[in-house]
Amino acid sequence: MKKLAKSPWLLHYDASSCNGCDIEVLACTTPKYDIERFGIINTGDPFQADILLITGGVNSQCEQVVKQLYEQMPNPKVVVAVGICACTGGVFKDCYNIKGGIDTVIPVDVYVPGCAARPQAIIDGVVKALEILEEKRQGYREHAGKGES
Amino acid sequence: MMPVLSVLAYLLLAPLVGGLLDGLDRRVSARMQGRQGPPMLQPFYDIKKLFTKQMIAVNSVQMLLNLSYLVFLAVAGSMLFAGADILMCLFILSTADMFLVMAASSDSSPFSTLGAGREMIQMMAYEPLTLLMAVGFYLATGSFHVGDIIRQPHSAVLVMPGFLLGFIFITAIKLRKSPFDLSTSHHAHQEMVKGITTEMAGPTLAVMNVAEYYEMVLMLGIVALFFLNEHWWSWPIAIVACLVVYLLEILWDNAAARVKWRTLLDSCWVATLLTGGLNGLILMLVR
Ligand code: SF4
Repeated sequence: MKKLAKSPWLLHYDASSCNGCDIEVLACTTPKYDIERFGIINTGDPFQADILLITGGVNSQCEQVVKQLYEQMPNPKVVVAVGICACTGGVFKDCYNIKGGIDTVIPVDVYVPGCAARPQAIIDGVVKALEILEEKRQGYREHAGKGES
Repeated sequence: MMPVLSVLAYLLLAPLVGGLLDGLDRRVSARMQGRQGPPMLQPFYDIKKLFTKQMIAVNSVQMLLNLSYLVFLAVAGSMLFAGADILMCLFILSTADMFLVMAASSDSSPFSTLGAGREMIQMMAYEPLTLLMAVGFYLATGSFHVGDIIRQPHSAVLVMPGFLLGFIFITAIKLRKSPFDLSTSHHAHQEMVKGITTEMAGPTLAVMNVAEYYEMVLMLGIVALFFLNEHWWSWPIAIVACLVVYLLEILWDNAAARVKWRTLLDSCWVATLLTGGLNGLILMLVR
């Protein structure tokens, strides 16, 4: 694996999840699943994160927060939508306050379905995200190399 | 010739040794928590990655201040490894810390401003003992010079065990180990996001991490100072002692919850008085 793929740091944000998916995200850090063995750290800081892990659909209140978190993350970065709510809005899709999935606000790279998404699926999603992250890194390097950034 | 070599060795090897120790730390911590933990080389992967990330400069001085932190730490460590004055080394160490405080308070995040304040409280907490310790070395060996201290017939620890205990206490603060990781923590999630490093991204954070490795080796170097004497066999003993102290810090890190700044200040000063103060007094009386 390449540089980024060996040390992906996560930022976990709960947009408007029922907390079911959040419990599963936290379960990934427990001894049973131990995501740190892949070098993955669950940081609380967008400035230091590579992967944005979002649960729940976006509502009008947290829309700005999601956008800001995404903008604060340094390039290259990827977004993983965890749970069916984050993918499409799920059971809350038709609520008056819900805008829909995360991709209605920021670009999403990996969709992890499930209600709630299982820890195994979340880890698979993150691993998938690593490949995309590596592609983006190469793109970013070329971009920066031309002095355009 | 020797001082030049050992300074060069420090400048080149300290980041490597620091990184390896950090990797060991993370692995041992994981084992203590019943997890497998990351590979030993994980800290190096992290630093390599941080250097490839986009540089988000929140202002034009933060990187400069972080670099100053790194340079001053490297100078402080070089003084120790060159066998120079230990007082001077400790003063430069505090100066380096001031650059970190300035770097943290230069951005607009309330979390890092709070962290900067706490970092200064931490400095206030451990500074008395470091100075007392320098005096202790003088009382025990008759010199402030590291080169003379390690050329004594007996290890300094024999007459200053109290100072060593006190120094182990403040090493926990310097290495940002729980319960004293108030200003920023190596563990994810604390009450102030990431404290002083909240707005440090990519290369800026990498510089700060490398600086911490220099600091870690410097602190362990001072631990070794307690054990070194003119005999060659004191060197392996010193290295083992450093490792034991480091493992103790890891144990402490995993066993204790974070305390409030007031508790930190009180307990650190009480510890300073009981260990350094008492030991210093006895040294003065028997001299
Ligand atoms: S997908 Fe299910 S568990 Fe997850 S946030 Fe939505 S409703 Fe809750």
